[in-house]
This record gives sequence, C-alpha cells and structure tokens, in this order.
Amino acid sequence: MAHALPPFQAFLDEHLEPVGAFLRGMVGPNDAEDCLQETFLAALRAYPRAEKRNLRAWIFTIARRKAIDHHRSGARRARPVAEPEELVDSRTGRQGSGSLDGALGMSPRHSEIWAAVAELPTGQRAAVVLRFAVDLRYREVGEALGTSEEAARQSVHEALKKLRESAAELKEMAR
Amino acid sequence: MSEFVDRLMARANEDGLLDVAYATVDTPLGKAAVAATPRGLVRVALPNQSLDEMLTRLAAEVSPRILEYPARLDEARRELEEYFDGQRDHFELPLDWRLSHPGFYRRVLRATARVPFGEVITYREAAQQAGNPRAFRAAGTAVGSNPIPIVVPCHRVVRSDGEIGNYGGGPEMKRFLLHLEGAV
Repeated sequence: MAHALPPFQAFLDEHLEPVGAFLRGMVGPNDAEDCLQETFLAALRAYPRAEKRNLRAWIFTIARRKAIDHHRSGARRARPVAEPEELVDSRTGRQGSGSLDGALGMSPRHSEIWAAVAELPTGQRAAVVLRFAVDLRYREVGEALGTSEEAARQSVHEALKKLRESAAELKEMAR
Repeated sequence: MSEFVDRLMARANEDGLLDVAYATVDTPLGKAAVAATPRGLVRVALPNQSLDEMLTRLAAEVSPRILEYPARLDEARRELEEYFDGQRDHFELPLDWRLSHPGFYRRVLRATARVPFGEVITYREAAQQAGNPRAFRAAGTAVGSNPIPIVVPCHRVVRSDGEIGNYGGGPEMKRFLLHLEGAV
C-alpha cells in the first residue's frame, strides 16, 4: 500500500491549478483549457501505469507534450500570451514568489514581457513558465522537464538573458 | 474550474476511463458515500466510516481511476433517500460484488441480500443458506466484511440469543435501521 497510487480525484485536485498555470504560459489563455482537458484525459488513461514516485513530474511531462503537439498542429490562433493575473496562484492568491517582473527588474505594468516569453524556444519557455508562473524550484523544474537541476537553471538563465533584451526594448519604447 | 471538471468527467465517462465513480449521500445519521463501477454499485461507506479510507481501498483493490462523478450514482442516491424516508422497502440497483471474497463469504452475502425488509435472520441461518450451517462464525465475518451495507442488508442478520450483534456502521446505526424497518 505504501506505493499505491492515490485516487485520481485527489491527484486531480492537487495538480489541476499548477498545470493550468503552466499551460496558460505555454499556449496562452485561449487554448490552455483544451490543452488542459487533453492533458488530464491522457493522464487518466495512463494513470494505472503512472510514475508513482513523482506524479508531479509525470503530469508536467504530459502537459509539456500536449503543449508541443498543440504548437505543431498549427492550432495557434492567438499569440501564446498569458496575462500575469492568470498566473496568480489561485490557492494562495499570490503571484509566484519568483515573479518574472521581479526577476527582470520590471514593474508589473511591463508584463507585456509575457509576449516575449511566447517567442522563446519551447524548452526555455517551459522552464521559465515552471519557474515563475508555477513557482517550482529549479530541482522541480528539472524533474518536470526530465533534465537536471543544473540544466533547468541554465535554460532559465538563457531565457532571462533574452527576455532582458526584450525588456530593454520595451522600456525604450515606453519612454 | 468546476465547468472544466464537469466536462473532463463527462469525457472520461464516455471514453470508458471512469473505473470508479463516487458521490456522497445524506442520511439521518450523517453523510454516507457510494461508489460504482460500470457494472454497478461496488461500495457503500456508512457515516462512521472514512471517505478517504474508502477511496484508498478502492484505488488499491479496484482501480486508481476514481473520480467524484455523482451522475453515475443518481439512481443509487435516489433509492437510498427514499429508503431513509420510509418510501422504499427494496433496492433495484445492479451490484458489483468484486469486493467480497468469492466462495462462502459471497454466498453468505447473497443470502443476506435476500432477507426481506422488516425481517431478520441469525448468523447460523445465513451460514445454512450459504451451504455450511456449522460455519456461523465465518458467516459473522462474511457479514461483517460486507462492502455494500444497507443495500445488501447485513443489518438484518442478528444473533440467535436476541442481541442485535455487531455492525460496521456501529450498533446504534444497526438499531436505527431495524427500527426504521419495524423489525425491533
């Protein structure tokens, strides 16, 4: 019993919000709900064979694949932009502690930066969204992406470098 | 989010992925829980029994694909409510017996299921009807392990000395049910 899977309802209750935040960051608010349906339906289908030791990494892996499929299918109607208020953790009511604006030294009104997140390569975008919208630690970002903590840190680092350049342009334009 | 979850549940059900659906139901003695597979009602948890424990056991013994999906339990909930209102003296629900041990235990429970509303039998009689009159202690164990209480009316099995005997839902619940049926 020690390694038995929890009832799917408990698994769903625990992961629905963070996976929703992740997908809004990955595919934008318009398409996130469809991706979220596909993610949890696929999870339910595969659940009896789930990786019991790390269900969070397991569900984020499925969600990431669904987001990639979504982009490949060309279903992208709108730019995958997540509004920052949608990235607020609904359980705690707070923005991820490592908010992206904070990381980039920008005020929240500059959160057009999420538009620039959409331009990042998929791996980097996933890392940034997991770190700043889902508020995972680097070790957890690595687990969710199937890479090491160091590789996750590196992805976020590179992504932030690009985003800082975009941010500088935005500041320039706002002047 | 609840609309989202409703849509997810409906699709899961359509795709045959909902191995166990559950819901809660109010009774005069508190909140009970009911669970069904596509075959039928598989488990009833009485008000003194833990919902979490029921779900954990179902996950281990039936399938972890368990969701709170009351639509599958509409009929079970309606019949239970009618029973507690004194409007119903038998249940017309398909049952999934998989949580009872096949063999003697299940035969005892099937015999229990035939005891009419308002009547009682003894553990010894239950053993006899299951084909082994001397196994009345084992019959007690079988009745005590009933996964579908109330609907499989194990409260109608009593001791031959006139005491009402044990009950998974607690002795006061057994007394309440027998009183409701006019059997005591």
